[in-house]
Formats: sequence, structure tokens, C-alpha cells
Amino acid sequence: MFWSSVLLALRAIRRNLLRSFLTILGIVIGVGAVITMVTLGNGATRAVSDQISSLGSNLIMVRPGQRLGPGRDSAGAPRFKASDAEAIAAQIGSIHAVAPVANKGVTVVYAARNWATTVTGSTDAYFTVGNWRLADGRIFTKAEQRAGKAVCVIGATVRKELFGDRPPLGDELRIKNFACEVIGLLQSKGQSAMGMDQDDIIVIPLRTLQRRLTGNQDVNTLMVSAQDSGDTDRIMADLRLLMRERRKIVANEDDNFSILDTRQIAEAMTGTTKVLTLLLGAVAAVSLLVGGIGIMNIMLVSVTERTREIGIRLAIGALEREVLLQFLIEAVALSSLGGVVGITLATLASIGLAKVMQVPYIFDPGINLLSFLFSAAIGVIFGYFPARRAARLDPIDALRHE
Amino acid sequence: MNATSAHAAPENGALIELRDATKTYGQGPATFLALRGVNLRIDAGEFVAIMGPSGSGKSTAMNILGCLDNPTSGAYLFRGMHVENLTRNQRALLRRYYLGFVFQGFNLLARTTALENVELPLVYRGEPRAARHAKARAALDAVGLRQWEHHTPAELSGGQQQRVAIARAIVTDPTILLADEPTGNLDSQRSHEIMDLLAALNRDRGITVLMVTHEPDMARYAKRVIHFVDGRVDSDHHNGEHS
Ligand SMILES: Nc1ncnc2c1ncn2[C@@H]1O[C@H](COP(=O)(O)OP(=O)(O)OP(=O)(O)O)[C@@H](O)[C@H]1O
Ligand SMILES: [Mg+2]
Repeated sequence: MFWSSVLLALRAIRRNLLRSFLTILGIVIGVGAVITMVTLGNGATRAVSDQISSLGSNLIMVRPGQRLGPGRDSAGAPRFKASDAEAIAAQIGSIHAVAPVANKGVTVVYAARNWATTVTGSTDAYFTVGNWRLADGRIFTKAEQRAGKAVCVIGATVRKELFGDRPPLGDELRIKNFACEVIGLLQSKGQSAMGMDQDDIIVIPLRTLQRRLTGNQDVNTLMVSAQDSGDTDRIMADLRLLMRERRKIVANEDDNFSILDTRQIAEAMTGTTKVLTLLLGAVAAVSLLVGGIGIMNIMLVSVTERTREIGIRLAIGALEREVLLQFLIEAVALSSLGGVVGITLATLASIGLAKVMQVPYIFDPGINLLSFLFSAAIGVIFGYFPARRAARLDPIDALRHE
Repeated sequence: MNATSAHAAPENGALIELRDATKTYGQGPATFLALRGVNLRIDAGEFVAIMGPSGSGKSTAMNILGCLDNPTSGAYLFRGMHVENLTRNQRALLRRYYLGFVFQGFNLLARTTALENVELPLVYRGEPRAARHAKARAALDAVGLRQWEHHTPAELSGGQQQRVAIARAIVTDPTILLADEPTGNLDSQRSHEIMDLLAALNRDRGITVLMVTHEPDMARYAKRVIHFVDGRVDSDHHNGEHS
């Protein structure tokens, strides 16, 4: 009886191809959207946390301006100076390294190629704080920093864009109006979240940047890395006191700088992507619901015809349970097929989009299973229950149904 | 019940019998008495025509005889067995193994070929595919539709659909064939062909045939004619006699 019901159900599906297709379509779109959104969201979250951990675990950032609170932004607050970094290094305990950082967006040129990027000015401490490793060459010396020499250390992307396959070390590239010798090549850190390429980087001595590019003494960020044994909270408290003192902030005045550690940065950034994932997932879930309503409509439209079909089957001697089994199998087969097609399309779309968005593709068995079960449930609810109502009618009433 | 118990010895030799059967439609002030106490007895091997004005309860009686519906009161006996006391499933099995029914409105499955429609009762009987095909083709042959087997109802004329419905009713070689106006949609030549077919089934295969018709011409094929008026049997005579 089971197999004959399967055969009957498959025959009914084939016979009503258009209706079957429309039924499936709603589920395919719904399931596909949910899985794609959630998968990409998960990938983005992972990318952000990966990027943050690549910053180094004990990183503390000091930025001008109070990010939190109304009416205060970084624009108005005074910048730091290189001397701030020296003061921190000299006066705060349990820290590993301090790097003053300033940036400038420029176009760099080598031979006939040019590349728009951001040049970072800092000290040799930058490489320690930022967890950078050298692939080749060397970083700049203290003497080069003091003298503001035109030397640079470049990332893998800059090397690829400007030099192609040629070895860059010892060659000179042109940054705006000065020639700069490449002395080091950084190991690739890979892609980061939000489409940022961490390897798109050129580091020169801070003094070189200030003199030749920005023309001022400003430092945008102070990057501090704590010792592994160091108490981050203590260090942050000490940093705050020192900076208030150096920036001459009186007792009842608010800070005009902010201090964040990696954990806080991580929470802030993954928090955003998690909310986004939830939001996208919710939007997609609505489309799954709309798909379900679509199925219900199609089922309702065909309920007259289906009721008559059930009446005919009952009249020629089918048992109620045989008819129900056939309709149940038909409904589950259709919506499962829709679920499988949806999952397949979502997997392809997720892999493709993840590549475009430069986030990792992470297969999430939970959401796949959930969507699949949900689609099967939709089939049962919207396909089976109307059939059950019809199968409980007297055959003559089912036949008379209009 | 198991289907074979319908072979139990008849009380009095009747194949089917209605005893004081009534049928009421609707409730309250809207009730309508479609059958007002019908007594009817048909023996195995008979060929009976039921006639009567529209609304006189012919289809209602046929539905009860076809185990599709239960009488509101009174008894329906199939080979001495009280059908009105059977469960839904037991009545379904009676229909499956003993009855062939031609509906007034064809009732074919849409978008389903003539062959598949005719096969359907055999599917529920669990017949293997090859046997189903062979029997369905033979039945379609009998109604002259062999070359239309792959057409769906939408591609067939009303008369052709009627013949597919007849083929579906006879494909199982039923004990009794109930046909509600089997020639209602056919021209007179086709009608006579169908009547010849029913007469042959009755004569050669011993199938008891009970049909409703409005046309005296068609009723003449039957050996016995029952007249319904107002939900009652008004007259019941064998052809050639006069009431
Ligand atoms: N489901 C129903 N609900 C209410 N009344 C019904 C129902 N079925 C039939 N009737 C009524 O019962 C009466 C008998 O109907 P039935 O279909 O048996 O007539 P009939 O003799 O077959 O007529 P016709 O020759 O037109 O087919 C009719 O008056 C009809 O209106
Ligand atoms: Mg009628």
C-alpha cells in the first residue's frame, strides 16, 4: 500500500506540473533566501573576529575625541604628538610596545604603474604592536626614523600591484613627490572583514610622513600592546590618567580621547554584524512565510478540484487512509523537493557571494536542517490538512463540492 | 469485515434490497424528503431501468445502492448484509470489489489520460501494472475508445467522457453495475451502442445492471422498469407487461 501510494503521489505531481512547480517555487525562494542570508551573515561575523584577532590580543588603542556621548566627535579634539608615545613608553608599566600612527591617502607610482592606497607613518614598534611579520628585507632602524629617511615597508597587495613578479627590495617607488626605497616586504595577513585588504599597506617612518606628506606633527592613533602578563584594565586606567595630565584636562572635564582594547573593539564590530545577520535572517524568514502563503493560495485554488479528486477516489473504492497517505506523500515530496532545491541554490549562491564579499563560507548545518524541516512542515500543513478535511467527507459530498 | 464475507448466503436470494428507505436532506425548516420509504428488491442477473421525473429521487436511490451514501432511515441489504451498519472503510471495500458506478456527471480525474482513469479502480485492487493495462485497454475497446486512450478528459467530447466513465465502471467486472443516466450526453446512435454494451454485459458476463434513464427507448433494453415519483416507487413492471 505504501509503494502504490508513492506511485500515485508521484503520478499526481507529474500530472499537475504547473501547480507543483508553483508550489515548489515559493519554498525554493524562501529556503534559499534564509540560508543564504544567515550563511553570509555568519561569514561576515567570522571575518570580523578573525581580523580583530589578527590585530593581536593585547592591543589597546588611544584615539582623540570621545566617541561616546553627544556633541563630541574626534574632529574637534586635539591630535596626539609623537612625544605622547614616548611618554607612555617611559611612564606606563607592563606594556610591550607603543606605536604612534598617522595616515595619509596617496597614489604611489612605480615605473608605469600606479596604485591608490594609504600610507602609514609610524615607528618600528608598529610591526610589533600590529603582529606583522616580515616576508623579506628589514624594517626601518631608529636612525632612519630620527632622520626621516625615505624608506618603506610594503604589504603583499602593494607589491603585487606595483611590482608584479619583480623583487621589490632595493627598488624605489614614488610616493607623491618623493622617491622611497623599499626595504621590507610584509607577510600577507589576507582579507579582512568589510572588504578591507589588510595587505594594502605601506609603512614609512612617522617623521618622513609628517615632513613629506602631511606637513604637520599630528599623530592620529596611539597603539599600545600590553605584556602578556599585564593587567589590561590597570594599564588602561594608567593611560587615561597620563593622557588627561598631558592634555591638561581639569578635574571635572570629560576626556577628549578614548581608550579601547581589542575585546571592546571585537565586541563592537561583531555585535554589528550579528545584528545585521539577525536582521537579514528575519527579512529572509518573511520571504519564507510569503512562500508558505503562496503555497496555501495555490492549494486553496485547487481545493475544489482536489476535493472532487478525493471524492472520485473514495467512490471507486479507495480507503480514507490510502487517499490521505497519497496526499501526505505528495505534499511532503513536493515541499522537500523545494527544500532540497532551495538548499542547493542557497549553497551555490552563498559560496559565490562569500567570494565576492570576501568573507569565509561557513556551512551551517543548523539553519539548513531547520529550513528543510520548515519547508516540509509547510507542505504538510498547506497540502495535507485540506486533503484530510476532504477525505473525511462522504464521497458523495466530496463529489458534489463546488 | 473482510470483503469476501459479502458472499454470505443471502436471506432470500435478493442481490440488493431497500426496505422502507428514506433520505432527508437539510435540517430544520429546510429539510427535504428526497426518498419517502422506498422498497426495492433486485436479484442477481437482472437488467433494471429506473425512470421518473427530475427530482423524484432516482440519483439519491442510486447513491444509496452504490454504497456512496446511507439512508436516513430504513435498511439497505447487499446480499443480505445490512450496509447501513457498515463502517466507512467496509463500504469502501464493497465499492472496490463488487460495484461499478457510472455517475450522472462522469467524474473523471482531470489532466489524467483515459487509460489512467480507467485503470484507477484496478490500482486500488492492487492489480499489477501489466494486468491493469490489458484490462483497461479491453474496457476502452468495449466502449469504442481504444484509439483515445492517451487523451485527457479536456480533450474528449461529453459523450466520449461518458464512455470513459462506463469503461472505468466495467473494468473490474463488477457484480453489479449502477449507471446514472449513462446515455444522458450521447446521440441516439451512440446511446443504442451503449445500451447494446450494457445488455451484452448483463447477458454474457452475468453482471446485474441497474440504470437510470429518461428515455423510454433506452428503458426498453431493460427487462424490468421501475418508475419513481416524489421519492416513492410508483410502478414496477417487467417489460412487455403493463402495470
Ligand atoms: N445534497 C442535497 N441536498 C439537498 N437536497 C438534495 C441533495 N441532493 C438531492 N437533493 C434533492 O433531492 C431531490 C432528489 O434529487 P435526485 O438527485 O435524487 O433527483 P433525480 O431523480 O436524480 O433527478 P434528475 O433526473 O434531475 O437527475 C431533488 O429535489 C434535489 O433537489
Ligand atoms: Mg439524477
